[in-house]
Amino acid sequence: MTTLLELQGIEKSFSGINVLKSVDLTIRAGRVVALAGENGAGKSTLMKIISGIYQRDAGTVIYKGKEVRFTTARQSMDAGIGIIHQELNLLPELSVAENIYLGREPTKLGKIQWDVIERESKKYLAQLKQDIDPKTPLGKLSIAQQQMVEIAKALSLNAEVIIMDEPTDALTDIETAILFEVVDELRAQGKGLVFISHRLGEIFQMCDDIAILRDGEMVHQGPVSEITEDDLIRHMVGRELSDQYPFVPAVPGDVRIEVEKLTAHGAQEVSFTAHAGEVVGFAGLVGAGRTELAKAIFGANPIQSGAVKIDGKAIRLRSPQDGVKAQIGYVTEDRKQEGLVQSQELGTNMSLTGLDRFCNALGFVNKASEAVTISEYIEAFAIKTRDANTIISNLSGGNQQKVSIAKSLVPEPKVLILDEPTRGVDVGAKREIYTLINKLKAEGLCILLISSDMPELLGISDRIHVLSSGKLTGSFARAEATQENIMRCAVAGQTNG
Amino acid sequence: MKLNDFISENKSLIGLIILMAAVSFANANFLGIDNMLNILRQTSINAVIAMGMTFVILTAGIDLAVGSILAFAGAICASLIGMDTPLIIALVATIMVGAGLGATSGVIISYFNVQPFIATLVGMTMIRGATLVYTQGRPISTGYFDVAESFYQFGGGYMFGIPNPVILMVVIFALCWFVLSQTRFGRYVYAIGGNENVARLSGINVKKVKILVYALSGALAALAGIILTARLESAQPTAGLGYELDAIAAVVLGGTSLAGGKGRIFGTIIGALIIGVLNNALNIMDVSSYYQMIAKGAVILLAVVVDSRGKSNA
Ligand SMILES: Nc1ncnc2c1ncn2[C@@H]1O[C@H](COP(=O)(O)OP(=O)(O)OP(=O)(O)O)[C@@H](O)[C@H]1O
Ligand SMILES: [Mg+2]
Repeated sequence: MTTLLELQGIEKSFSGINVLKSVDLTIRAGRVVALAGENGAGKSTLMKIISGIYQRDAGTVIYKGKEVRFTTARQSMDAGIGIIHQELNLLPELSVAENIYLGREPTKLGKIQWDVIERESKKYLAQLKQDIDPKTPLGKLSIAQQQMVEIAKALSLNAEVIIMDEPTDALTDIETAILFEVVDELRAQGKGLVFISHRLGEIFQMCDDIAILRDGEMVHQGPVSEITEDDLIRHMVGRELSDQYPFVPAVPGDVRIEVEKLTAHGAQEVSFTAHAGEVVGFAGLVGAGRTELAKAIFGANPIQSGAVKIDGKAIRLRSPQDGVKAQIGYVTEDRKQEGLVQSQELGTNMSLTGLDRFCNALGFVNKASEAVTISEYIEAFAIKTRDANTIISNLSGGNQQKVSIAKSLVPEPKVLILDEPTRGVDVGAKREIYTLINKLKAEGLCILLISSDMPELLGISDRIHVLSSGKLTGSFARAEATQENIMRCAVAGQTNG
Repeated sequence: MKLNDFISENKSLIGLIILMAAVSFANANFLGIDNMLNILRQTSINAVIAMGMTFVILTAGIDLAVGSILAFAGAICASLIGMDTPLIIALVATIMVGAGLGATSGVIISYFNVQPFIATLVGMTMIRGATLVYTQGRPISTGYFDVAESFYQFGGGYMFGIPNPVILMVVIFALCWFVLSQTRFGRYVYAIGGNENVARLSGINVKKVKILVYALSGALAALAGIILTARLESAQPTAGLGYELDAIAAVVLGGTSLAGGKGRIFGTIIGALIIGVLNNALNIMDVSSYYQMIAKGAVILLAVVVDSRGKSNA
């Protein structure tokens, strides 16, 4: 078992706060090491140090027997280290193929060989069983498809060390299974892999070794076979966690939202109702139209026909503004492009949608009351940050997600649409979010939950609807919903739809 | 640590102080109170335009039409004063004309999806043309009615020994600061510049905010036109040529990012003062105006380079 990459005593601080404390890690050929830890534990930071995006303050990185210090991502890439970033690093305006080969386009006499780029891109996408035309502009793809493109990009580097920072958080079971097949191949080829995920099941399914970070310290390393899930959680959060899916049966109130024969881009004649005080889950494969449906209900996607009623009154939905006015909250699956202004502060982001709550008739913001609410949410969600002035892009991914959810709650909505709300959130925080969902439900909020995480969907929904190719293909009460019958409906209408 | 933060947040202020120190070594007359007031007065027109420009640039836009709006509004104002229109009506009408022209750019940008650069470039040309048509290429005098005398005070008068344009500049600064940092509208401006898509999905009426921002820029350009016309007691058809570039330079020197979403109105005032001090210094040192342009460009480049180096190191 040869060692490909070895980290020793890595230290890193950001503005005086120590986020990595003397961390060691070994990446071996032909093995997949899982890197686990809570949100903000330092996983992404460690990976960025390997790939030269951040510079270490102390410690050594030995790659293939030689000490290295990469100062740009380019250098590590050229040396054979590929990284799939947690936050997608693709350009929406460029085509899929251009994204895959960005900055290293093959040329002949100075002319870019587009045919080669497209052919090669198609090959790597095919390896991932993705039938995507390499000429499609990237922005036209769903988040899951974009994630697959990012993976294809890493494959095309032909790297020896491949780091995957939460590659599955935007994927459904089907794509995840495809990814795992590819990971198996890479392992057989003797590559060294790092795999980061908050879906603990995947770690046990996929990985050979495990390394667990807690508050920047490596607290456990060893083979996956020698650790149980409970141990793993205990190492990560430093205490026991019981009952991952706390469920409180709903006491449904009146009908809150009625969607009648709604047709919009990606959704066809979808009808359903949801009551105050219940969680209605939406299952489906990538491309089933769940996000499109959610956006149409929020006013962000034009509605072609059909109606949406809230408390029995039909509402006009021409823009998200109408959605907000109708007291619909929407947490997007794409926090980077749609959810949060990355370059601005946590606080101003959190209060953006609900700013009216803190404004007088003339539009003056009462900053004192705003600050109180913001710090209440920071506390309620245990957001790991120095204060409300931290710039969003400096928060860890999971903490950004918490800010995104809090942002949708500030305006006190009646209907809350959660699109992959626990994307990138650690086990402990996931449980906190579920508890919060239960609490909101008990207070009479009507929650529409879109999730690709099947145990989560089954665990906290009162009812589950299944979409396939934009159509509603099944509805289940909590007692009847099982993984099998949901999957059956999810693939129904796929071939003829 | 704290000192570092202070320096990186106030680079333009420090730049201004260094510049003033350097100039005062080179020329003893520079630091006199008269010359200081002179610089402030000369800066005021650019500063007023640049404050409107700051809003526009914060939304990741640009407004090239401000120089032409200044000229057109000035011409309208001069003829109104020349016709013995009551002062308040003339002023309000002029500002409304500026706001209306700006709002038109805003509508074209938001509803027809035209790039701000193109929309306002077209505006700049057309409004300049309209000014030339309206004035027939000749200056319009503010006339000899009593109202012209009170109108003159806006450009040439003093209050407590301070030139009135400087007082106007300070008032506008206070208002802009308040709007940007204390109101919902200000938050929306920053959010749109930070990420328009996020702003839209947060329920912000992006189109409306943008139209208001360009209207504000137009209104402040018209106010600058009033100050200039009052001071000269006439409106020149070629007034304000190239002022858009000085305004953009002031905004950028003040640390506001052309990409939108980041910047402060205080920085813009400092940026305008840097340009003002530079112009004044080169004048009192008898540098020919040809060289002045080169020197000005070089200082702006230097400032922007220093600023962006600081950012990539952070
Ligand atoms: N550029 C930065 N500037 C300041 N602080 C940073 C920066 N990058 C990361 N941090 C901080 O470092 C800590 C570790 O962040 P990191 O992104 O490594 O966490 P993570 O383990 O990947 O979490 P997650 O599971 O949420 O993705 C966090 O507290 C984060 O706020
Ligand atoms: Mg991370």
